[in-house]
This record gives sequence, C-alpha cells and structure tokens, in this order.
Amino acid sequence: MQALNRVKVGLFIPCYVDQFYPRVGIASLELLEKLGCQVVFPTTQTCCGQPMANSGFENMTGACNQLFLDSFSDCDYVVSPSGSCILHLKEHMKVAGKENQSKILRAKVFELVEFLTDILKIKEIKSEFPYRVGLHQGCHGQRGLLLAQMSELNAPAYSKPLGLLRKVKGLELVDLDRADECCGFGGTFCVSEEAISVKMGKDRVADHIRNGAEFITGSDMSCLMHLEGILRRRESKVKVIHIAEILNGSYITAPALS
Amino acid sequence: MSKPKMDHATASEAFNKDENYVDWHDETLWFVRQKRDKASKVLPEWEALREAGSQIKHYVLSHLDELLIQFEKNAQQNGVRVHWASDADEHNAIVLDLLRKHQITQMVKSKSMLTEECHMNEYLAANGIEVIDTDLGERIVQLREEPPSHIVLPAIHLKKKDIGDLFHTHLGTEAGATDPQYLTEAARQHLRDKFVTRRAALTGVNFAVAETGGFVVATNEGNADMGAHLADIHIACMGFEKIIPKQEHLGVFLRLLARSATGQPITTYSSHFKTPRPGQEMHMVILDNNRSVQLGRPDFRNSLKCIRCGACMNTCPVYRRSGGHSYHNAVAGPIGSILAPNLDMTKNADLPFASTLCGSCSNVCPVKIDIHDQLYKWRQVLAQQGHVPKAKQMGIKAMSVVLSQPRFYQWSGRIGRTLMRSVPFMVNNGLNPWFKQREMPEPPQESFRDWYVRNRQD
Repeated sequence: MQALNRVKVGLFIPCYVDQFYPRVGIASLELLEKLGCQVVFPTTQTCCGQPMANSGFENMTGACNQLFLDSFSDCDYVVSPSGSCILHLKEHMKVAGKENQSKILRAKVFELVEFLTDILKIKEIKSEFPYRVGLHQGCHGQRGLLLAQMSELNAPAYSKPLGLLRKVKGLELVDLDRADECCGFGGTFCVSEEAISVKMGKDRVADHIRNGAEFITGSDMSCLMHLEGILRRRESKVKVIHIAEILNGSYITAPALS
Repeated sequence: MSKPKMDHATASEAFNKDENYVDWHDETLWFVRQKRDKASKVLPEWEALREAGSQIKHYVLSHLDELLIQFEKNAQQNGVRVHWASDADEHNAIVLDLLRKHQITQMVKSKSMLTEECHMNEYLAANGIEVIDTDLGERIVQLREEPPSHIVLPAIHLKKKDIGDLFHTHLGTEAGATDPQYLTEAARQHLRDKFVTRRAALTGVNFAVAETGGFVVATNEGNADMGAHLADIHIACMGFEKIIPKQEHLGVFLRLLARSATGQPITTYSSHFKTPRPGQEMHMVILDNNRSVQLGRPDFRNSLKCIRCGACMNTCPVYRRSGGHSYHNAVAGPIGSILAPNLDMTKNADLPFASTLCGSCSNVCPVKIDIHDQLYKWRQVLAQQGHVPKAKQMGIKAMSVVLSQPRFYQWSGRIGRTLMRSVPFMVNNGLNPWFKQREMPEPPQESFRDWYVRNRQD
C-alpha cells in the first residue's frame, strides 16, 4: 500500500454520473483515497465519446479523445466506476498525431473493480451492508473487460465484482436465474429501440425481485440508471446502488426499507 | 432498393404488444440456448473445437479460388453438374431452366436459407412451378405465407394452437387439435404424398468438401434424403463460402453445428451426397450474390465463416424479444444484421443498430465470428455513407459539440438539471421515449464536479 501513495490516480467520472449520480463519483473517490491512492479529478474531462461512437459517429469523438488525453496523460493510472466507458476508451481512444501517447494512456485505464482486484489486490474491505443484494453484471465489463467469466464459454468460473462483494460484512448475495443477461440499456439503443430496451430491463428487474434482492448493484451506472427508471415507475421498494457505494460504506443514510 | 415496411424498432414495438407472448418466445429460445450450454460444456475440448472451426474457415476464406475450382473438378468427375450464379436472379433462372428442361412443374425442397435469400419460391411460383417445402417448420410458414422467423427453427414464433388451426384449414385435421404427435403425423402423411410424386428435389448444402467433390446436408427429419433419393433430378444450392478443404474437417464442423444449434450431439441425419445414382441428375448451384464484396471488406469478411447454426439468435436478448420477422431479412438476429447491410445498405441500415452490443453472440458463435464488433463497425460505415436518419445525426452532432467543451458542458448540465427540477414536464412527457415506461433520474443540486471543486480544491 505504501507505494500507492506515490502513484497518481486520475479519476474519470462519466458525464451522466457527473450530472445525475455525483454520489457514485464521491464514493469512488473516497474509496480510492481510503485505500491509500493519491486521487485527482481533472475538471477538463467530459465524456469518453461512446455515445457518439456507438451511434456510428466515431468521427465526432476527436474532441473528447483530445480532452481525455490532455486531462490524464500525467497520471499513473486512470480509474473509472464504469465498465462501458472504460471498454470504449481501451478500444477506441486515439488522438491523431499522438498515436503513441494514446496507446500508452489506453494501457493505464482501468475500471474500478478491475483496479481494486488486479492492481491494488485488496484483501479486505471495511464495509458493512446488511441487505440482500443482486449483482447486475454489465456486459461491457464482463464480456469486454473480462470482469467475470461468461456463461456462454466452457471455462472456469470467476467474478471480480462478486469477489469484492463477498468481503462486505452482512451482505447476502442473491443468485439470479440468468446470471449475465443484458439489461437492455445499450446507449442510444435505450431510446431508439425503446420497446425492446424496456422489456429487457423489466425482465432483468423481475429476475432480481423474484430471487429476493433488496438492492441491485453493479459496476456500470448506466445499466443501473435504466433499471432504476423501471423500478421507480413501478414504485418498487427495490433500489439500485453502485458497487463503489457499497464498498465505500457510503450508504449510511439508507432509507428505512419498510 | 426501398426501405422495409417496418424498421426493426417499429416491428419490435408491434411484437411487444402482447407481453405474455413475448415472455413465451423469450423462454422458448432461452431453453434452446440452455440446451446448447449443456451440450457444449460436456466437451472439455469445446473451446478448442471452436478455435479449430474458426481457423479452418479462415483458411477457406483466403483460399476460396483454389478450393472452389478443386471442388468443381472433383464434383464433375463424380458426375455432378456444377453451375455458377453471380446473383439471386441468375440462381433462380438456373433452377427454373433445369426444371423446364425436364418439363417439371412441381418440386420438393428441404431447408435452404439460400433460396430464401434469393426469394426463389416466389420467383418459381410466378413462373408456374409449385414448390413444397418439406421441412416441417418450413412447411408450416409456407402454408401461412410468411417467411421463416429463424434459420434453424423456422416456425419457432408459433404456438401449438397456431399450428393446429393452420393444419385444420389446410390439412383437414380436427378443429382445436394441439397434440404435437397428431399434428406431426398429419404433416407426415401430407408430405409423403409429395415426396412420392415429385420428380425434382432441391436441397441446401451445409458443407461442400473440396477434396472429394461431395457435400453434406444436415437435417433432423430426413426430408432432404427422402426428396433427393426419390427424385429424378437433385439440385443442391449453396453460397460459395460453404466449401471446406477436407473430409476430415467434417469431424470439427458436424460436432460444432448440432451442439450450437439445438444442443444435440449430432443432427439425426448427416447425409453425404457425392454421385448421382444411375439415371439421376445431380446439380450444384454455387452462388455469389455479393459474397465476394463482403470478402473484400476486411472488417466484415469473417461473417462468411458462418455455418448457419442460429446460436447467436437463441442467445440474443433482443432477438428473443423482437422475433425473427422484425429483422426483415432471410437471416435474422445478430448474424443477419452483419450480413444484411452487404446485400442492401438502404434497406438494412437499421439492423446493426438493433443491438445493445452485449457480445453474447460472439461468445456462442461456433466459428468465433466477432459479431458484436462487426455490428459496431457497420454502424460507422452506415453513418459515413448517410444511412442514419438526419434527426439522429443532428442530435449526435449537438451532443458532441457540448461534450467538446468542458465549460459549455458544465453550463449545459447545470441548466439541464435546474430545468428538470423546476419544470419536470420539459422531459417528463410523451415526446421523450425514455419517459414512456421509465422514470428519469432525479437531478441533484450539485454535479460531482461541483462537489469536487468545493471539497477537494478549495
């Protein structure tokens, strides 16, 4: 842990998390600080560029890429509480004329769970969360960043997010009928294919509820935002919570689950 | 070509009118996906098999010229007549010409997605030829006058009651009957008569072996054999990518195909055809139909590795909830969405966007096609070539302008959140597709950035 005091971790907070879920940014920051990292949040950052690129307009992501490169090039690591944004950056972040610098930066980019597990290699978590929790495994984190084994493959099971959640005191994990089915958010898909997006989300929510979850967690707030929209519309008592909030123990003001 | 009657999103919305039906459709296909999981997980070498299949096909795609000529030579030596068709029209004309030469007006056909791609049945019907599909599922959708909704399970979108009603109308079964055995028996008797009386049979091809000139057709019903063995003329049709170099490679592909498709260790019939029997004519029609264009696209050529198992459809969370017809293309689902734009970009521009890019398709693919990456790449091509709606393009452009300037972004975010709090109706209305069935996130007073500046920088 000592060495980490000297490494500089740049915190990348996705645009929609910055605007709608500041608590997730705060939890990520506090958690990394508690674990001994020197964390900075360059305020010149905006977005990873994925909303444009996934819509077919990767050619409109030049400015985002430039901002990202300028904001984070002097960091030892870049960490973000979003598997989807990180996957996009790892695969596509490139500034014309600065190919080598881009490549070096892409290799330093980590999703939060990945960073905690593979770089910090944390052994214990001082957090308590006495609730039944279902893990929503975001697809880009899983199938892109390999945060967990994929049910399609004939390969040994593992899960980095579950590994972390199992260290949380009092937390009871809920098994799902479909462990890694997509929630249907899908970026602009959520509005351009509204009917399917919502149906997929309803089915995911139903799986968690059927199996007794009080909270749905995950490391991608975009999936959780979509699932939350569906839960709130049906006035469900089930809540979404980002994994950083659980690990940071920041859910101390939990509303009574009456 | 023109746009489809309904794009994927519109057709999906219509499909989702009856939620119980969608649940049933989803569960039915998920069941097939689970069977595939079980069948693949009992083989310790499964992932190595996929890799082998992928590599063999890789070899095929880079040696197509040699392999096709080798196949033609060997097939001709076996007594098979080989025809080359550059597009669907040529393909259909070749088949019609063969039938006319023999004064044949009725033909049986086993499953061939290629003939769906060429709209051959419609063409032959317009030219006075009656085609009877002999695969049970295919026959069902043919009687309903609709295309198959799935390449392996053509009538998977129908319930037992739908089949009962259909057979009551067309085959004279008892009204209200839904017993699968009873209905299947009725279809069997109906088809037996066609098999015995038809002089021509058309089959698809799963694998054509260059070193032997033979080909393999996999079915579960034996209908390809029944048709081909009874007919005076057997016409087999395939896309040129169906070629494999050696007989021994079938050991890889036949194991992959059935397990991926339905979870069976092998299809009930894996029929090897090589030489016509005395007095019979055997023809092979080999089709390009833009495959050579796809082969020339480095980002998309791997899509030609496809062995048409349908696993990507069964696993696709979108396909399971939108149904095969929503893809308005002979091949539906994820693989259809990367093949279709090559056939017609205008008509099929919506399909690469009918995905969340979750990546499950690429993981089940027995020949390891990077389907979801190709969906992403097709989106770029379609946007560049002007196939994305103008309104969407302008929205994306506006978003990119905001996100290009940190201060403008901060300012817009603050204004946006303030408006959402003070005049929620501005977003919570019928014009916002998000809000239709979902609540908007609750806008906080302060962004993370504001909090950070206040708490860490001051």
